[in-house]
Amino acid sequence: MSDKGHASSRPFTSPIASAVVTIVALLWTVPTFGLVVTSFRKKEDIVSNGWWTAFTHPHFTLDNFRAVLFSGGGTVGEQGMIPFAVNSLAITIPAVVLSVGLGLMAAYALAWIPFRFSDQVFYGLFALQGVPLQLSLLPLLTFFATGIKLFGHTIFPQLHIVGKLASVWLPHTMFGLPLVIYLLHNFVAGLPREIMEAARVDGANHFEVFRKIVLPLSLPAIASIAIFQFLWIWNDLLVALVFAGGTDDVAPLTLHLANLGGSLGSHWENVAPAALVSIIIPLIVFFSLQRYFVRGLLAGSVKS
Amino acid sequence: MVTWSSLFQSSWPKIAQILTVLIIFFGFYGIAFAAGARIKGKKQNSLAVGLFLVPALILVMTGLGVPAIQTFLESFKNADSSQWVGLKNYKNAFTDTEVRLAFINTLAWVAICPVIVTSLGLTLSTMLNKMKREAFAKSLIFMPMAISFVGGSLIWNLMYSYQEPNHPQTGLVGQIMMWLHIHLKHLLLWSPWNNLFLMVVYIWGFTGFAMVILSAAIKGIPTDIEEAAQLDGASGFRLFRSVTVPMVRTTIIVVLTTAMVGTLKLFDVIHTMTGGNFKTDVLSNRMFDENFVYLNYGRGAALAVLIFLGVIPITIYNIRSLRLERKH
Repeated sequence: MSDKGHASSRPFTSPIASAVVTIVALLWTVPTFGLVVTSFRKKEDIVSNGWWTAFTHPHFTLDNFRAVLFSGGGTVGEQGMIPFAVNSLAITIPAVVLSVGLGLMAAYALAWIPFRFSDQVFYGLFALQGVPLQLSLLPLLTFFATGIKLFGHTIFPQLHIVGKLASVWLPHTMFGLPLVIYLLHNFVAGLPREIMEAARVDGANHFEVFRKIVLPLSLPAIASIAIFQFLWIWNDLLVALVFAGGTDDVAPLTLHLANLGGSLGSHWENVAPAALVSIIIPLIVFFSLQRYFVRGLLAGSVKS
Repeated sequence: MVTWSSLFQSSWPKIAQILTVLIIFFGFYGIAFAAGARIKGKKQNSLAVGLFLVPALILVMTGLGVPAIQTFLESFKNADSSQWVGLKNYKNAFTDTEVRLAFINTLAWVAICPVIVTSLGLTLSTMLNKMKREAFAKSLIFMPMAISFVGGSLIWNLMYSYQEPNHPQTGLVGQIMMWLHIHLKHLLLWSPWNNLFLMVVYIWGFTGFAMVILSAAIKGIPTDIEEAAQLDGASGFRLFRSVTVPMVRTTIIVVLTTAMVGTLKLFDVIHTMTGGNFKTDVLSNRMFDENFVYLNYGRGAALAVLIFLGVIPITIYNIRSLRLERKH
């Protein structure tokens, strides 16, 4: 097909489409760009005029970043932003590894091991995926603090994890599992039956099939869903507020950032670079692994 | 002053914790797989189910299943869950003026945002299809997906930041209003329109998702169908309406329902930008405040259940289409 033919196969005429797309792309980029510019401006400049004037009277500085990362103090906290970044990592890494690891095994069990109630478990998990986590926040917090009591009897002892990192990554693992299982199930169930059966005929049991066949073949799906989970957990605020709200010692970047920027008329010379620090890691993950991330989103939403 | 040694001292135990969790997890399953590989016969089925599925199920049940039931029960109890109060908390949700406002705002969010996000995503993906620099434009529009809504809220706080009229503005939106000689207002305080300005943040953050998913569906439309329609003389908007839209109908519904659930649960934007003040409260934020500011667990639970009730029809619809799909 010629280029002309291509052009007419587009439902909208070109000049208008180009204009619309350009405008939207600008609208979607300019706000972030404004934050980037602001984070390099002096405090006096930020409060006296807009960031777009910085190009006619350029006065840029790295002091804001120095303050936010290394000198601490002010609204940023004694230790600066780095401890919060460490917290974010210490919450995100275990939650991603556990939810994807356990999710893949569960997906395999639901797809390839015949057992009673397999279908019911699958639909049950899918239904739980729709439960808003608002519904479980407080009881789960109480459970961590006091254990489970039913009619006055303790049926599960308290876990001594309140105020520790585990009390944040454990809920993330729990809340993430239904979606992870569902998405990976879509993938694992689609693996060719012949390969699985050939391996079984050769005498491999479920443990060997999983390790030698399913795990290697699922690596692309694992990568995409791990990225998805990473961004979701790294960017979360609600779970962090509930389970790490009491102490700065385990608070992730988002929580600290929300506290910093919460008041109107905030200190932009701190907030802007702090926000930039918090979005830089997900942006790096996103731009370097975009292909996988998109594939992961599609796995759940579009039938192949 | 932050020193490297103090940073190391505070970070080391946390890094050690990450490593411990990973070692325990991989160690346990490493041993389990080594041992499991030796077991043959019928026993291995139940052993595999036990090791593969049961841990995940236990976590999901303790994290979501059981707590959901507890919250449901709490919603019929008083502030500190010591007494049963019947439907009082639900009655409160519909009569208390503040909660009712949160309710109405949530309805407005659900009515407005998903439709805008989906139609904008559909328009963009259709326009971008086969356009020059398609991938570049897409990454720009998709980028906010990687930014947290906390970060996005701060980015837009800066856009909306307000100075007295006739003073140099620090927010770009205010500056543009001044250039256009529109009467300047503090947009986040201007009720009820401030709700719309908050929705902008969500639309900005979520349109990329809609666009990417719809774009994949559009690329999946068989070319011969498009060509047949063109031979019949369809082009431009008619081609869009009579071929593109019907062909990606299921995907449109997926995007629409995902956005609906997202707006029902929306929390971060409100909590970060207004804290629910200036008549911008929504159910999810109100629920948080009831639980952690007013310490009224009964009311908080009732609001959580109301959010759940909003999600139920969508879940049922999704399960039904999932079953149909599984049968085929």
